Amino acid sequence: MNQLTLTLMKVAFLAVLWLFVIAAVGVIRADLWGSKAAAKALRPRKAPQPARQPKAAAPRAKRSEPTKLVITQGARAGTTLDLAGTEIVMGRGNDVTLPLGDDYSSGRHARLFSQNGQWFVEDLGSTNGTFLGRAKVSRPEPVSVGVQIRIGKTVIELRK
Amino acid sequence: MSSITTNEAGIPVATHPRRSAQLAMLIFAMIITVAGFAQVGLARDGHLPVGMYGYGLGLGLLAAGAYFVVVRFAPYADPLLLPLAVFLNGIGLAMIYRLDLNTSQDMKDAIAAGKKVVPFNGVSTSAQLEWTALGMIFFVVTLLVMRDVKIVQRYIYTIGALGLFFLALPGFLPSSISGALGAKIWIRIGSISIQPGEFSKLALVAFFAGYLVNKRQALSIVGKKFGPINLPRARDLGPILVIWVICLGVLALENDFGTAILFFGLFVSMLYIATERFEWVAIGAVLLACASLLAPMIPHVSQRISTWLNPQPYFDGGCRINGKIVNQTPLADCLHKGGQYIADSGQLMRGLFSMGQGGVLGTGLGQGQPWRTPLAYSDFIVTSFGEELGLTGLMVILLAYALIVQRGMKAAVATKDNFAKLFAGGVSFVFALQVFVIVGGVTRLIPLTGLTTPFLAQGGSSLLANWILIAILIRVSDTARRPAPQPIQDEGMTQVVNTA
Repeated sequence: MNQLTLTLMKVAFLAVLWLFVIAAVGVIRADLWGSKAAAKALRPRKAPQPARQPKAAAPRAKRSEPTKLVITQGARAGTTLDLAGTEIVMGRGNDVTLPLGDDYSSGRHARLFSQNGQWFVEDLGSTNGTFLGRAKVSRPEPVSVGVQIRIGKTVIELRK
Repeated sequence: MSSITTNEAGIPVATHPRRSAQLAMLIFAMIITVAGFAQVGLARDGHLPVGMYGYGLGLGLLAAGAYFVVVRFAPYADPLLLPLAVFLNGIGLAMIYRLDLNTSQDMKDAIAAGKKVVPFNGVSTSAQLEWTALGMIFFVVTLLVMRDVKIVQRYIYTIGALGLFFLALPGFLPSSISGALGAKIWIRIGSISIQPGEFSKLALVAFFAGYLVNKRQALSIVGKKFGPINLPRARDLGPILVIWVICLGVLALENDFGTAILFFGLFVSMLYIATERFEWVAIGAVLLACASLLAPMIPHVSQRISTWLNPQPYFDGGCRINGKIVNQTPLADCLHKGGQYIADSGQLMRGLFSMGQGGVLGTGLGQGQPWRTPLAYSDFIVTSFGEELGLTGLMVILLAYALIVQRGMKAAVATKDNFAKLFAGGVSFVFALQVFVIVGGVTRLIPLTGLTTPFLAQGGSSLLANWILIAILIRVSDTARRPAPQPIQDEGMTQVVNTA
């Protein structure tokens, strides 16, 4: 190997190393831009969604044991909780199992509990009420998978 | 059932899998590794090295396996973490291959010709690849077992106790098992030696995270005020003092201030992340200053400090004769002249010479003489890179570390769970601090201490622990970037039932 080839090789290797770093920074940059695109894509998708929903919803609404609780709307949207059979108290207070961070909920707003594998929701005398689907909950009501529980601005679902 | 705390992070993150970017970067990292091997062979033996195919293929297969596990089990994970780790691991492997004279054709020819050749001791490329394989297996297992970092939160006290036990263990073992080069940080059983501090590091991050999630509110309460400084309450100083004492104990028992600084810095930074109060950093700095007054009482540490302040008189053995320090080798000469042997800065200075030799562009892989520095394949691998890749190449390596830390911090900021936030933040910080302590040590910015260079240095414990660390960051970033679940049913349409 002559000296010139080796020097060229050395410089080329260093250039490739720097290209790697630049490519990595490029990926990060695309990440940031990608999030904007994703946010845009999410907004118009909300409108056509209901049309598709019933098909997906009908089979899922069948009676079957849910395994987790998901907050789909509201301040704590995205929170999931594995259902372990113990009761879950929800509300604005700090001493509840699932704090909602929702100003329209009461301190101890509602509770979810299971009996013989069936989950029930019970309103704990809240100011603004708890809704299961569209109906207001006045006594413990059975909750099936995929039905929305509304507390203030928060929407909760049980999932398989 | 544990309570859940989430907060709105509001940090923009891409919430879709980025498989192609990850794959492209992985392939890029593999190309660099193979190019490194090729350059070593061409420069040293004049032809492409035989090892290039085996080692390149080995690392490539491992990386591909890790990639598929990430795509399958953590699809939303940050696309850069795995490629950056593979890049560092690969380029480290190429450097170890370069330093391993046994893999050189020249050396094989010389031995075949009947010449007596002494190989560079202790360096082994094949061992490093085996450890890499084991490290990636640990990576995959961690990803599979830890489907959610909250699993770790259940066992924080067990994990913390184990971490502390293994951190302190080498200090109590006899030097024949735990000591080497002045520090007692190993556990040697037969031919296997483990550096438990590498794993304790992760265990204690988990423990601190779990502890601070519960205590952060109490720790952020303001006690007395001194002008602009709001001191925390005196009774809340307990934990930081306990950690400080433990770190001093580690220092005294194990003669290793790198580990002590690592753990103390980690705790202070996590306190800061948890409470968002600068005063904790100030208190930490004061305690560190107190410790640095106490530390020189330990002979090993004071040696390191004198060779750091002025390494020249200690080159290849500093000997104090009549109150003056002069170079004297070997040790017997020094004692014969009635002197007192103090310390040896030969390794540190050779490392500095090595980097000086490299300059801005370096000598090129395979064309320098980095093996002149003792331990050029492990503790001093940074100087080997400095010599052969120059400042230009060393910057790339430091940037790769910085990017890993940045991606980790980003995952910590983006995730909603407080425990995951602290865990990822602490893990990223400890990684950054470790790089700082070792690179600062070999470049004489701070006193030298024997921490490993993550992913580059030859050494099993370090590789395993760092692959687990990357798995943790990938799991947290996957959770953070996973889009929120969409409602299955829309309220307005609940009345429509498809009876067909």
